[in-house]
Amino acid sequence: MTVPKTWRRIPELYNLQGTKCKSCSALFFPGREVCVKCGSISLEPYRFQGKGRVVTFTIIRSQISDPEGENIDIPAREIPYVLAIVELAEGPMLTCQIVDTPEKDVFIGKQVDMVFRKIVEKGKRGVIQYGYKFR
Amino acid sequence: MRKVAIIGVGMTKFGQHWEKDMVNLAVEAGTRAIHDAGIHQKDVDVLYGGTMSGGLFTNQEHLGSMLPDYLGFKNIPSVRVEAACASGGLALRQGYIDIASGAHDIAVVGGVEKMTDVGSHSVTKALATAADYEREAAFGATFPGLYAMMARLHMHKFKTTEEQLAEVAVKNHRNAMHNPYAQFHKQISVSDVLKSQYIADPLKLLDSSPISDGAAAIVLASEETAKKLCDTPVWIAGSGHATDTISLHDREDLLTLNATVKAAKQAYTQAKLSYKDIQHAEVHDCFTIAELLAIEDLGFAAKGASGKFIQEGNTSIGGKIPVNTSGGLKAKGHPIGATGVAQAIEAVLQLRGDAGKRNTGAETSLAHNVGGSGGTALVHIFTREKR
Repeated sequence: MTVPKTWRRIPELYNLQGTKCKSCSALFFPGREVCVKCGSISLEPYRFQGKGRVVTFTIIRSQISDPEGENIDIPAREIPYVLAIVELAEGPMLTCQIVDTPEKDVFIGKQVDMVFRKIVEKGKRGVIQYGYKFR
Repeated sequence: MRKVAIIGVGMTKFGQHWEKDMVNLAVEAGTRAIHDAGIHQKDVDVLYGGTMSGGLFTNQEHLGSMLPDYLGFKNIPSVRVEAACASGGLALRQGYIDIASGAHDIAVVGGVEKMTDVGSHSVTKALATAADYEREAAFGATFPGLYAMMARLHMHKFKTTEEQLAEVAVKNHRNAMHNPYAQFHKQISVSDVLKSQYIADPLKLLDSSPISDGAAAIVLASEETAKKLCDTPVWIAGSGHATDTISLHDREDLLTLNATVKAAKQAYTQAKLSYKDIQHAEVHDCFTIAELLAIEDLGFAAKGASGKFIQEGNTSIGGKIPVNTSGGLKAKGHPIGATGVAQAIEAVLQLRGDAGKRNTGAETSLAHNVGGSGGTALVHIFTREKR
């Protein structure tokens, strides 16, 4: 796994940096280079605050990666874990893990905040990718 | 645009084919289809073959060359088509457009996937490439997980129950009992489904389609050619194809597959039919919730009402609109690239009256094939001559 692939996503993954359309003010996360609302190609970086609410969620209970594998993109995660679609306060939605919260306390509509966590460990010798989860 | 007919169909049994590789499967299905059509390999003008990932499942790409090579279709133009789980439906669509345009007279359209030559971890990883890999899969989203989030929201918003979801699996297993090509011939009960293990709440193992090997193929012909070669042509009356955001989280309504709605509208308009005229449907039930969403998005039930609609038996054989008489992806099996073509084959068997105990007597049929969580959808409508 190459370093640039991890490095170039740091603004998005560490800082929730997306884009804002200069023409119609539509917000996008992750950032887009073409505004899908008005067609403008003039967009600027926009940092989201990291507050949101759970739109829907599930509890992943089946192992999804090769725990012995190296150089893989999907890491071995401890199961079960809570996966959710979170709507940011500014509007856009994203897919993320919900952490630091017992399963039974996760519900549709729950207010959540971004936390900085390890996302992917790319094999035994690969780059560790950090980024957003919510709690 | 010329009229296009289906004049031959062929498929392998779906399941675990330890003794066959991807090409063996494709050749078996393709050969059966041209035999059914009563033509020779040299009569085939063009091939469209759908596979999701020969590369990740079997380390083999360049199937555009490999499939016609082993099928004995010498030197013909051949296109490998990919749209994740909708690869087969899209191959059918591309073949349809080709024949309708007048470019060629006879096309073979097919789909194949060989999924059991790699471990289940590698299968899951390959399937995850049908989502937004960096923004869904890398954060821990699996396909069961994405559909589970739709199921959770459907239950929250419309009071749909896990029992209603289970009814989909029970019906599809019941239908598959009479389909010799189905992976499973095992009747299950609502309680079996409810007792099976959760893989992504609220979805359980028996809410999910299996990992399968298999291939399916169809021979398409122009009207003029079909009338010379075939007494029982099935006509493609409408073909719709639309796309949507690849990420589930980018959709304004997580419970509507806009790609399905738009593809269905195209197909209904072209066929000059409405959902009320459809007498049989094969829909994309990779998970039980997907069949509920399809029934709503295709118009058969109002948004939110599909759980009750299924529970009342409306989609069973003998009901208002029989759905997935083949057993669907759930029980017939889901060799990714083959699925969209196999759905069309069930439509053809139903319209010809060749579906045995599954026969519904339908004169119009619809096939609905989805890629990913709804990033691609294909809808085809089929009709036959009045008898």
